[in-house]
Amino acid sequence: MGNVPTTVKHCLSYEQLTQDYPWLKRWLLEEKMADHTDVLRGIQREPHVRYPVLTPNMQGFQDAVAAGATEVAVFGSASETFSKKNINCSIDESMLRFEEVIKAAKERQIPVRGYVSCALGCPLEGHIEPSKVSQVTKRLYDMGCYEISLGDTIGVGTPGSMFKMLQSVMNEVPTSALAVHCHDMYGQALPNILTALQIGVCVVDSAVAGLGGCPYAQGSSGNVSTEDVLYMLHGMGIETGVNLPKVIEAGDFICNALQRETNSRVARAGGRAL
Amino acid sequence: MAAVMRFVNRSAFGPAMGQQYVSFSSAAKVGAAGVRAGQALPEKVKIVEVGPRDGLQNEKTIVPTETKIHLIDMLSASGLSVIEATSFVSPKWVPQMADQVEVMKGIGRKPGVSYPVLTPNLKGFQAAVKAGASEVAIFGAASELFSKKNINCSVEESLQRFDEVMRTAKEAGVPVRGYVSCVLGCPYEGKVAPEKVAHVAKRLYSMGCYEISLGDTIGVGTPGSMSEMLEAVSREVPVNALAVHCHDTYGQALANILVALQMGISVVDSSVAGLGGCPYAHGASGNVATEDVVYMLHGLGIQTGVDLSKLMDAGAFICRTLNRKTNSKVAQATCKL
Repeated sequence: MGNVPTTVKHCLSYEQLTQDYPWLKRWLLEEKMADHTDVLRGIQREPHVRYPVLTPNMQGFQDAVAAGATEVAVFGSASETFSKKNINCSIDESMLRFEEVIKAAKERQIPVRGYVSCALGCPLEGHIEPSKVSQVTKRLYDMGCYEISLGDTIGVGTPGSMFKMLQSVMNEVPTSALAVHCHDMYGQALPNILTALQIGVCVVDSAVAGLGGCPYAQGSSGNVSTEDVLYMLHGMGIETGVNLPKVIEAGDFICNALQRETNSRVARAGGRAL
Repeated sequence: MAAVMRFVNRSAFGPAMGQQYVSFSSAAKVGAAGVRAGQALPEKVKIVEVGPRDGLQNEKTIVPTETKIHLIDMLSASGLSVIEATSFVSPKWVPQMADQVEVMKGIGRKPGVSYPVLTPNLKGFQAAVKAGASEVAIFGAASELFSKKNINCSVEESLQRFDEVMRTAKEAGVPVRGYVSCVLGCPYEGKVAPEKVAHVAKRLYSMGCYEISLGDTIGVGTPGSMSEMLEAVSREVPVNALAVHCHDTYGQALANILVALQMGISVVDSSVAGLGGCPYAHGASGNVATEDVVYMLHGLGIQTGVDLSKLMDAGAFICRTLNRKTNSKVAQATCKL
């Protein structure tokens, strides 16, 4: 990823990258994310904008609060094998850790967002049953997460599997508390997001310039590009409150700093149609 | 760096949970697109592979004839049932297609597979039939400016030129496919009225085209404009005679194809490895990649008859030859599930 100066990170949050790839988080914390406090303290907080940060455990939570965080996020997996490989514990054990964090957050009235990874497939287990996803989602919701983001961690989902998974989850958790976090490794992110919208989901995660490749498939894309999502939503007459040209600018900025090309097709097309 | 987008206008979605019905409303025109998640999709989709023609036509490197033939043969072996083999336009305009006769004569014709060719006029048609073509394609634009800029005449004049081709094709028993370009936007005119698209599609259909492929030539369409356009066109042409030809310049192709399937379309054009950039946006992608379309369709349980790994072999072959990276995300992904 390159050594990204703190000043660059002020413009973008890297929490999503590190949430998706905990091994990366550990590595980055030693070097790249060591400046998490500086970043949080240095950014300009726009009114009505929220700046959640990832907190895997109580230590992380306490550091976050000390640095001024006003919203945090925890993450679980729908795959036991993925959970054990990534964070060295079972799903149940990880939930116990988060319970602590959520309890402490509640006392301070700090909202907590939950993430569920491998919602449409696991690089180790393969197929993931929708019922497993709804189980984990319900746990996080019942523990007190105000919103749960369902992640297609390796981007293998298609509208078919997305629909089945959401149907199952929506039996356990209100749709208004759900978000989708689609990866674009197989180019399926936008049709998967469209399917989620059609079923009633109104919250979408994405990454500017499609930052963040897939550590499980070298050379592949990872996160869906915010620019491409916005283009679709705006084209459908859906309001997001986001200024697409400004996002493209932010994408250009970080790609220059990282000396890499954007993953966004909209950005690459030069935004002629905007 | 997740942006979490919360839709301000949640009332735009009035999901009646039991029916899983979402209506998109917009200040503009869409009204209730009435597209339902999980509604019945076609069981089978026919893929029209346009890589060897539409794809290669837009690649800068001139590909040797034997390579083109080998590509088409590999595509035939992958299970595709329609492969657009070449174009009988003047080599002066499209040097890539100068070997049109050799390609037609050199490819192995797999039984049950159709190898249509583009024929811009009667001369091209006659040359195509002489070279062994048994299906041809003609084209019109939904944009007047695009028609004038591209082929130097109005849309109506261009369709009249095809009258001769249609008559001759009918007499010879040669089926004709029609293409409409700029159906969701034009590089010169900008917005294109759905009614104009419907008009041109209806003309081609009435002239005798058995199928009309609706092309988002510059890839600007989104599920909103796609459903609006298809609603207008399907009022004039039966939906089973329609196909979509989506470009992925803005990454919207698969989402647009999904909406088309939800509206009853069961024929999709695509290009192996996403061959063929966009001549209107330098460096941008063009055709949607067949591999990515097939991945989505198979994931939806829709039959295509295509063997994805053989298709990927064909894509890898042509990219090696062209010394370029594939535009297919499925091909780029090495993660095995």
